[in-house]
Amino acid sequence: MKKQLSAAAKNESRWAWAFIAPTMLGLIVLNFYPAINTVYQSFCKTGDFGRGNVFIGVQNYIEAFGASETWHSIWNTIKYALIEVPFGVCIALILAVFLNKKLKGTSAFRTIFFLPMVCAPAAVAMVWKWLYNQQFGLLNNIFHTKIAWISDPKIAWISIGVIGVWSVIGYNMVLFISGLQEIPGDYYEAAEIDGATGIRQFFHITVPLLSPTTFFIVQTRVIGALTVFDLMFMVMDKTNVALQNTQSIVYLFYTYAFTNGDKGYGATLVVILVAFIMLVTVIMQRAEKKFVFYS
Amino acid sequence: MENVRTRDRVNKIIMYAILVIMAFIMLVPFVWMILTAVKTNQEAISVSPFYIFPQSGWHWENFAKVWQSYNFIILYKNTLLMIFFRVVCACLTATMAGYAFGRLNFRGKKVMFSLVLIQMMIPSQIFIIPQYLMVSKMGLLNTVSGLVFPGIVTAFGTYLLKTGYQGLPKDLEEAASIDGCNIGQRFLRIMMPLTRSSMVSLGIFTALFAFKDLMWPMIVCTRAETTTLSAGLAKMQGQYGSDYPTMMASAVLAIIPMIVIYIIFQKQFVEGIATSGGKL
Repeated sequence: MKKQLSAAAKNESRWAWAFIAPTMLGLIVLNFYPAINTVYQSFCKTGDFGRGNVFIGVQNYIEAFGASETWHSIWNTIKYALIEVPFGVCIALILAVFLNKKLKGTSAFRTIFFLPMVCAPAAVAMVWKWLYNQQFGLLNNIFHTKIAWISDPKIAWISIGVIGVWSVIGYNMVLFISGLQEIPGDYYEAAEIDGATGIRQFFHITVPLLSPTTFFIVQTRVIGALTVFDLMFMVMDKTNVALQNTQSIVYLFYTYAFTNGDKGYGATLVVILVAFIMLVTVIMQRAEKKFVFYS
Repeated sequence: MENVRTRDRVNKIIMYAILVIMAFIMLVPFVWMILTAVKTNQEAISVSPFYIFPQSGWHWENFAKVWQSYNFIILYKNTLLMIFFRVVCACLTATMAGYAFGRLNFRGKKVMFSLVLIQMMIPSQIFIIPQYLMVSKMGLLNTVSGLVFPGIVTAFGTYLLKTGYQGLPKDLEEAASIDGCNIGQRFLRIMMPLTRSSMVSLGIFTALFAFKDLMWPMIVCTRAETTTLSAGLAKMQGQYGSDYPTMMASAVLAIIPMIVIYIIFQKQFVEGIATSGGKL
């Protein structure tokens, strides 16, 4: 009997390994080896014309941390996240609460709010760049202003953040709606009987019971915002005077690794980015224990 | 009681007002994209007077012009092929691995699955340089295979499908096992068809991700005739940035297929994103 069982277990194990083999092999070749290789390359100087890498120790890191451009880009990325995440989350939450109220026409609103999610960011950024155009753009001509939305270093980062918020509202909203539908209706009925107003219900029932969803959204959006690239790349030309004050760290990485062909230095920048994101993730995990309410 | 009813009505009006304003803001870029696309360039860059609507008729032929001069048919083809192969590869590998992780017992399961979870936590930018070098060494730059390459397997999809398989009732498989089905048959005939909704979610997610991706196609497909819609737009902006109707017409052409698909399969899209919750 025992022998039979172990034969069955062996058989099961063989099937399982066959099933996971393609995925595991792929992950090792496509992800784990590249991650290690990137870290190795960050300690190398890229040889010209594919002449291979020369190990130079921490030289790249000294250079990266010594360059004001690196610090600028990290700060720019944080500034972008500080606009996209809070506004994207709060606006989406409000819309989700409204759309969960079973008003007429909710499905049409939901379709509209989600629309930017299915559009290529390249196209979205092109349109916004045109809206922001200082001379011919819709915004300046409707409001009769002459604001340099994307080339004034003082406001360009806000303008880009607005595009980010616009793009991400629908995604956050859909996740909020599915979170809201899991809150039992009795809570609200009880609150209604006690005479609690809508706003009090929102802060005392919705917000705490929704906190796991909110945390999940904030976490994915923070990581998404810290790796922003497409919008910046499409909106900010190489010649834009506000580039220094808006370019994200991934943008800087792209410029070094692929426009200038300096893979070693590019790898250094991306390792710094990943280390930074890991740090932020750990901090958020700590915060989760404190603020998130799991019933 | 009368008070409560008026209060409810006022609340409703406020809510509708906010929803309508937000919907308007969300739609302005789309409307402006189309309105610019059908103008002449003179109308588009006229400031005083400033034109909201085209003055000399709606120039729908701008779309036909852009379609021909920028070889949109090739961009569509490349994008479609990339999406197709990525979806097929991702669904195939993820459903197999997901089944093994969700329903089978084997040595090393914990370690292997933790590798899957670790991959999900690492930002994908760290993979790009070596992935590019591999594609370049294999001579796959400027090919569809090069575009598909990083998306052959998916840790996120594996995780999603594992959750799907775990949610299925146990007795189904036991019955099949008594009937003499081996594990492969059980998987293929009984379990896999039951995870259809997870597969659809993964398919939609993969397709959207591939469609929206900009950096990878820009890196591996630098030639205009081999690239995707996203990267093609970036190229066009670099070359013809001041011809606004042309730019907006190409932006419309680039996003319209996905919008049409979204409107038809709206339910699946929204549910797919809501249940998978992947980072797009």
